[in-house]
Amino acid sequence: MKVKVISRSEEEYTRERTSDLRKVQRNYDPLLHPFEKAKEYTRALNAAKLDRVFAKPFLAALPHDDGVTCLARNPKLVNSIVAGAADGDIRIWDIPQKRTLRRLVGHTAAVKGISFAPDGETCVSASTDATVKLWKVPYAPFEAGVVQDDAEAVFEFQGKNAFRGIDHHWDRSAFATAGAAVDIWDHSRSEPVQSFTWGSDTVTSVRFNPAEPDVFASTGSDRSIALYDLRRATPLRKVVMQTRSNALAWNPLEPFNFTAANEDCCLYTFDMRKLESALGVHKDFVSAVMDVDYSPTGREFVAGSYDRSLRIFSVSGGHSREVYTTKRMQRVFAVRFSGDATYVFSGSDDMNVRCWKAKASEQLGVRLPREKHKQAYNDALLERYKHMPEVKRIVRHRHLPAAIYRASKMRRAVTDSDKRKLQRRIDHSAPGSIVVKPERKKKILAQVE
Amino acid sequence: MAEDEPPRQAGEGKTSKKRKKVRDPEAEETAKRLKRGPAVDLKSITDKKLKGKLKRTEAVFASSQKKAAQINEWLLPASAGTLEAEGIERTWNFKQEAIVQAVDVSAAAKAFDLSLPELGPYNLTFTRNGRYMLLGGRLGHLALMDWQRSHLVCEVQVKEAVRDVAFLHNETFFAAAQKKYVYIYDKRGLEVHCLRDYTDVHALDFLPHHFLLTSIGEHGVLRYQDTSTGHIVAQHKTKLGPCDVMRHNPHNGVTLLGHSRGCVTMWTPNLTTAAVKMLCHKGPVKALALDPSGTYLATAGVDSQIKVWDVRMLRPLHAYYSHAPVTHMDISQRGLLAVGYGRKVQVWQDALRSKAQSPYLTHHLPEGVLETFRFCPFEDVLGIGHSAGISTMLVPGAGEPNFDTFVANPFQTVKQRQQQEVVALLDKLQPDTIVLDPDTIGRVRKEPADVARERRSEETAANAARLAAMRREAEAKAKMKGKNKPSRRHRKKQSNIIEDRKPTIKERQKEEATRKKEAAQKKAETAIPEDAPRAVRRFYKQ
Repeated sequence: MKVKVISRSEEEYTRERTSDLRKVQRNYDPLLHPFEKAKEYTRALNAAKLDRVFAKPFLAALPHDDGVTCLARNPKLVNSIVAGAADGDIRIWDIPQKRTLRRLVGHTAAVKGISFAPDGETCVSASTDATVKLWKVPYAPFEAGVVQDDAEAVFEFQGKNAFRGIDHHWDRSAFATAGAAVDIWDHSRSEPVQSFTWGSDTVTSVRFNPAEPDVFASTGSDRSIALYDLRRATPLRKVVMQTRSNALAWNPLEPFNFTAANEDCCLYTFDMRKLESALGVHKDFVSAVMDVDYSPTGREFVAGSYDRSLRIFSVSGGHSREVYTTKRMQRVFAVRFSGDATYVFSGSDDMNVRCWKAKASEQLGVRLPREKHKQAYNDALLERYKHMPEVKRIVRHRHLPAAIYRASKMRRAVTDSDKRKLQRRIDHSAPGSIVVKPERKKKILAQVE
Repeated sequence: MAEDEPPRQAGEGKTSKKRKKVRDPEAEETAKRLKRGPAVDLKSITDKKLKGKLKRTEAVFASSQKKAAQINEWLLPASAGTLEAEGIERTWNFKQEAIVQAVDVSAAAKAFDLSLPELGPYNLTFTRNGRYMLLGGRLGHLALMDWQRSHLVCEVQVKEAVRDVAFLHNETFFAAAQKKYVYIYDKRGLEVHCLRDYTDVHALDFLPHHFLLTSIGEHGVLRYQDTSTGHIVAQHKTKLGPCDVMRHNPHNGVTLLGHSRGCVTMWTPNLTTAAVKMLCHKGPVKALALDPSGTYLATAGVDSQIKVWDVRMLRPLHAYYSHAPVTHMDISQRGLLAVGYGRKVQVWQDALRSKAQSPYLTHHLPEGVLETFRFCPFEDVLGIGHSAGISTMLVPGAGEPNFDTFVANPFQTVKQRQQQEVVALLDKLQPDTIVLDPDTIGRVRKEPADVARERRSEETAANAARLAAMRREAEAKAKMKGKNKPSRRHRKKQSNIIEDRKPTIKERQKEEATRKKEAAQKKAETAIPEDAPRAVRRFYKQ
């Protein structure tokens, strides 16, 4: 007889010394791992719940003396942000220490735009007092100490009318301002080098394209978004919409796409080569959208609105993935993503710049490999089971202030009733007599060249 | 492998360069199991984004399954036990003593006899990792021991009849079905809980992934209790009388009961009636056993038959006849079927998938009558409880040789046990995930278009009807405004409205009269003639 029986020696399966790692045997046979689907679903549910438990996005509030009207991100420094207030006060903030590094004093009226030069050491600010000031922003880290007033601007550019926005060129030492018309200035000239006008309405903001440095776009109060090229004398083309756009941001990784924050509570993403139809409409706000900024990853953007909230949208999604509100935060006028795509800054009417986490339940700091792996596993589980009703209910759940909740309910009732009525009109009319414009083209009135 | 290839003939044509990998058939089977079903058909998908996404996921699945198959084939440390007979020997002729002599010392130590003749027939059970054994003597002797190292953890005499014992999630807690109630004990032997809702329990079972303790007894009430929260999840009245045969399907967590009328019922905590009722035997069902993959069910009844069923399709596969009605059955991790009656235990190999002709091993208990037996997980051992104590029998090839540390670890330390308890609680499945087909969780339930359309039309019709009824009521109310005065009502009473109803009453009376006349006529026709004898009278229809 030939017989063999399972006999395991204890030494083979246990460790020799306490300083050794414990031995681990794996057998991937599905017979030993029953209920795979049910276990994964339970883990996805737990992951969704833990996500909500750990969702504490608010980090810090940095105080100003008047409502914050604009924000700017230093392309070379990740840990600082520059904020301009309605009384002309500009502060450079050190986020980790939550303190002011410099106060740039000089403007006498509201600062409407701040922009950094590509070297990260110079910044320009435009204000309603018809001046643009050039400041030196030192690169070296600051020592802990008292806030120093840096009263002097290095250079001051005098304009004829109040300025509404500013953006610096990516390559040269030039910048564009938005006011009565779009003016192109040079650091060494006291008069604008070039000027673009189209119609007689004010231009509210300008943004240079991240890939093509001579191309930029502007939003105007004639409800238009215009494209310009510095190498030409006249603007390129313009798309007129039903309502005015307040701000504009280019996608850093798809530089032919930009997103405009509109007064009709939506954001419209356009491809600059094809302006007759929007690429996408992002709807979730209940009041005018004031500012928009893209994440450096190019996959999502943050927008702040007049309804006291800020939302983070995914580029391909129509609805926001996250909403941040606080009782203390009033109208949000400026938003920026941080340089490492981890934080989001909001400047609001309640005189504070707030710092939030971009991913509300993310654990910041150095994580162990096992923690990272577990987090990645949880994210993958949520991705796989996000359509299941229980999981979806938990993942989507956000607390909204009563005003926003009621307003969004009313908007939904209005849109539902409009849709219903349109459907009935179509049902009871001759087929083809009622033409429905797609949502992406609905708000676009005309394209002008 | 060169010896397996047929000899190549010259001029046969192009021989393929790639040699076909000849794999171990068991490894092939595991690899097939690892595939977990067919891949998604990508050709029928027109959406490019979805197609690309699914292609990538399928590629990830395929690579992970390939890796797992390779690990299973090459990296597993142990191999299964075997018993081969040489020449004219047959495996069922081998006695346990001979097997014990032929194996190595540590394996031989696993076969032992514990002589405990005073305290009644013994029930026994093992923990999920096969390290601890719990004995429950009928006269109240409970003992928890680490049987491989012959170490007694705790021993307690409860001075009451003990009908069944079961471990909870690990060796720290166990439940004993005593004379009146079910008690839960700690591993020190201290009574932790007395479950007064459970009366006269005959059989206990524990679902490890759901933390559910199930029990069935004299009153035929199947109870599910969550041992982590303490709630009774469900109580089902089986209405099929007392029952003492209970098993659970390890694949989907469904509880199977064998009843005295010959049927086997399958229960889930979510349905108040049995999910499945199968008539298996003529006469009571004496024993049930399920294989770990949840494919085969073996049932034994007093009609001396052992039937093997396909549990997923609910079809009978084979039937075996035994000399005497089999009273106990168990199926090991590798699919060996053990049957026992009286003092005999027989182990059959490959008896489930195909009909086996002869047993694999037999054992005759030297003392005592069989009470119960269980295969030890991850060991080639069958633990037998009988009226004179406990015996273990070596069954080569019964246990799974390679365990998974994170599932069940026979060499578990205290810290690992604590960790596993926490992880198991975090992963605890809710009772409503117990369904007959566990693959349906997470699936999209497709509703045929016509069913959806019908449902929608029914809904609109019902809504329209309800609205119409409401409208009518409102109209009637409006009509009745100012018209329901008492004087008007009185006037109506006196008026000829009653006259209008009279014709209908008169008609009805006429109908009644004609009907009665016809009935009387019929009766007269079919009357029994008076000269008919009494015996014949029942043939005349009245």
